[in-house]
Amino acid sequence: MKKALELFFCFFKIGAFTLGGGYAMLSMVEKAVVDQKKWIPNDEFWDMIAVVQSLPGVFAVNTALYVGHRVAGTKGAFAAMLGAIIPSITIILLLATVFREYRDQPVVERIFKGIRPCVVALILAPSLRMIKSAKVTWKTAIIPIAAVLLIWWLKVSPAYVILTAIAGSLIYALIIRRRETARHETRDGKEDGA
Amino acid sequence: MIYLQLLWVFVKIGVLGFGGGYAMLSLIQHEVVDHYGWMTTTEFADMVAISQMTPGPISINLATYVGYTTAGFGGSLLASFALCLPSVIMVYFILRLFMNKKNNALLTNTLKGLKPAIAGLIFAAGLAMMNLQNFPDFGRGQYNISVTICVLAFVASYFFKANPILLIVISGIIGFFAY
Repeated sequence: MKKALELFFCFFKIGAFTLGGGYAMLSMVEKAVVDQKKWIPNDEFWDMIAVVQSLPGVFAVNTALYVGHRVAGTKGAFAAMLGAIIPSITIILLLATVFREYRDQPVVERIFKGIRPCVVALILAPSLRMIKSAKVTWKTAIIPIAAVLLIWWLKVSPAYVILTAIAGSLIYALIIRRRETARHETRDGKEDGA
Repeated sequence: MIYLQLLWVFVKIGVLGFGGGYAMLSLIQHEVVDHYGWMTTTEFADMVAISQMTPGPISINLATYVGYTTAGFGGSLLASFALCLPSVIMVYFILRLFMNKKNNALLTNTLKGLKPAIAGLIFAAGLAMMNLQNFPDFGRGQYNISVTICVLAFVASYFFKANPILLIVISGIIGFFAY
């Protein structure tokens, strides 16, 4: 129980004070969980993060759940998760009541008129950066272009686009795995022969 | 009925939300703005801005806000927990499965293949917000304040990795004086 409470406060602090999303949070989690409390050894922590990053869902919530579960079982998982989300929920509930009250005020409206085009830019920029980091070539550029046209132009639900992309990537990953296993087998065979 | 809809929508987003907060925007936008009309496109843009400036995950913030505006306090809790529910189930089944090295490689390779599509999803979310509601002065007069803000913010963010909070604050100040 003590550990569950500690987990709750640890993630509560992180949830309440880290700006800038999941990755900014990660170094704080590492500091608290690996360096200070020594709950999880460093290499195991990063192995776990590698898996958690590939899973769907809210990254901060996934991290809290896995760390909590590893340290203190089911109780720990829920304590850490609640700690991670309660600050956000509280802040947004407070802001939502205030915002709905004042959003028609001319001053607020003028400020947000300036902010909205900036938000559009803040969404477009990381998507292009992601295309760069995914090493998209002229040949594979068809994938993001098709996704954009399907969703934006043909109004297809992004859910279907994701499901199709998952099926495609999974087949691709299975082919890679098969090729690698085959390569290992031929190499092992040669060694046996020699 | 509204509770069931919130539950269904946010569980779906929790299951399909690969690739982090921005990737989820497209899913949330499609359901919440286009399909159910729970939020207008300007409200959505405003909430993304508010989420950037407050701590916590952007998708949890949006879930809380949408839940609150459609079904009050209970709705806000329901939507947020619905978003987390798939993760809770996964912690028991998936993690053990993928801590094995071979399966882990399969998972990371799958995500690598998924990345270009996710980038397209995020781009589509941005494009969908490029409308007259968010760019009210587009096509009126020679000076387009909104287009100028968008282009400058894009250059600052993409090429110079400027802090998003700073960009939002500057844009708000420009909006205050320009409109």
